[in-house]
Amino acid sequence: MSPWLPFEWIAASRFLREGRLQSIAIVLGVSIGVGVIVFMSAALSAQMTNIIRRVLSSQPHIVLLPPKDVARPLRDEPGVAAAAIVQKPFQRVRSIDQWQRILRETAAMPAVAAAAPMAAGSALAVRGEATRSVTLSGIEPEAYFRIVPLPEKIASGSLRLGAEDVIVGTELAADLGVVVGDKLRIVPASGQGTALTVTGLVDLGSKGANQRAAYVALHTAQSLLGLTGGASSIEVTVRDIYAAEDVALAITAGSGLQAESWIRTNSQFFTAINAQRVANTAIRVFVALAIALGIAAVLIVSVVQKSREIGILRAMGASQGQILRVFLIQGAALGLVGSLFGCVIAAAAIALWERLVVDSAGVPLLAIGYDPLIFAGAALIASLTGLASAVLPAMRGARLDPVVAIRG
Amino acid sequence: MADEVLRIEGLRKAYNAGTPLETEVLHGIDLRLGKGEFCALMGPSGSGKSTLLNIVGLLDRPSAGQLYVEGEGAVGLDERAITRLRGRRIGFIFQYHHLLPAFTALENVFMPMLLERGRPDAEMRKRAQQLLESVGLGQFRDRLASQLSGGQQQRVAVARALAMRPALLLADEPTGNLDTASAQGVFDLMRAVNREHGTAVLLVTHNHELAAQCRRLVEIVDGRITADRALGAAG
Repeated sequence: MSPWLPFEWIAASRFLREGRLQSIAIVLGVSIGVGVIVFMSAALSAQMTNIIRRVLSSQPHIVLLPPKDVARPLRDEPGVAAAAIVQKPFQRVRSIDQWQRILRETAAMPAVAAAAPMAAGSALAVRGEATRSVTLSGIEPEAYFRIVPLPEKIASGSLRLGAEDVIVGTELAADLGVVVGDKLRIVPASGQGTALTVTGLVDLGSKGANQRAAYVALHTAQSLLGLTGGASSIEVTVRDIYAAEDVALAITAGSGLQAESWIRTNSQFFTAINAQRVANTAIRVFVALAIALGIAAVLIVSVVQKSREIGILRAMGASQGQILRVFLIQGAALGLVGSLFGCVIAAAAIALWERLVVDSAGVPLLAIGYDPLIFAGAALIASLTGLASAVLPAMRGARLDPVVAIRG
Repeated sequence: MADEVLRIEGLRKAYNAGTPLETEVLHGIDLRLGKGEFCALMGPSGSGKSTLLNIVGLLDRPSAGQLYVEGEGAVGLDERAITRLRGRRIGFIFQYHHLLPAFTALENVFMPMLLERGRPDAEMRKRAQQLLESVGLGQFRDRLASQLSGGQQQRVAVARALAMRPALLLADEPTGNLDTASAQGVFDLMRAVNREHGTAVLLVTHNHELAAQCRRLVEIVDGRITADRALGAAG
């Protein structure tokens, strides 16, 4: 006998050992269930992270823009006739008022991971007879790379961005027939163009983006676009992507700027991600339910089988509370042990997956990883489930009439 | 009676009370048992003697009447108080030994003490060991109850019944499933306990030979006591 444990623990362990086959069966059931939950959860969340990373890594989570120009007709002024039609004004490329201060303040927000200024506008890329319209983005490389990791997307050349350099998308380079080292003339919509050297080609993962991308240094873009010293937008990356909209609202409230989060600009994608999240949760709930029913069923059978022993214990002075605890401990123990084995199974499955489901270079198609939170969470839930599903049988056992139990 | 261990007054027990199927099995039983008495309770099957024993053992509740164990009223107590009274004052020996098969002989003996105190201690182990030795099973202490023979199991049950030093020992046909030699052995054990510790014994039995060795015989027929006499057997 485990020497000095309280009665409840001794009895629970004896009963579990006595019904060895049952205990093994239920532990096996819980293990498989927990293994499935952990593996699926890890795989699903890795997949989601993967999708989000791929989609969101080429765009900031929030873009801060100057307030929209609005038409302000002069009405009801004495001697002025009201215009019957109010036309919306065109939106000029404008600088954000006091962008340096706003950048500092935004970057200091705890929810914000990184913020970078950008001077962007339309321009033409000209090489000989070929002309393509491009989105000219003037960036501060250090800051911007923390938002869109261009170094990961470089196809050829380097990421050097001096005053006379430009980095273009691969499709644009192909259209214009330029390679790294060639000269390219960038002409803004209004004003003088300038010849820049192509220092790198980037693949942003989308043909449309690759056809229009042209990155230059911030001050180069400022002079080309007539935004001397200005920034047309501030790009922001947040720590919790799902909080992007809240952060955007907070920034708008604080600065009066337009703040567009990815949730609003990619609403369809966000809806899909959300649906996926709900589906994941549903899967977990149902598997947990199946485990709970399994544990409860085994414990109920065990109470019925043990009713004679329960009666004997009651006749010898065991209180209802003691009987209750004996079965609660059994349930929790089954859940805990099962979930530990389940975590091992899941870890093995993940290792196997990352080893077998790989591309030709041996890199896993989907790196699932071992998120300790998922493991700990599943183990905790399974143990609690075991405990909860033991409540009913335990109460049944505790309420057994000793006389009936002994005769039965 | 001075040292009164058990007093029953007007005890009735009906099953399915309040329904058309109501059947009363005990019709007003009065019984007193003094300290150190050794009393046999006999009666045909269905006479209500097991029901009476279960009520006296506080396993079952009477429909009417009073029940005192060592002067303490047991009718109307709540579940917790009844459990405590049962655990401390009354020892049980059943027809089937009713040991816990998953526990060793020693553990079965100190189980009532363990239930009372919550966790095992050296003292209860020592006492259980002594009790096992007193029933001649000291060397089987670590054997699982399910691995003992019928006679051995019943002797362990006797040792267990004595663990709490009860004032009253109830036995419901403790020898019913034993061969004659084992039955006499268990009976002698109970008598020795009775003599040495002054424990009152109420023994339900069909065995006339054993009953004849008791000092008092109560007969019960159809839920009524029909005879209550002292026997000459020496204690």
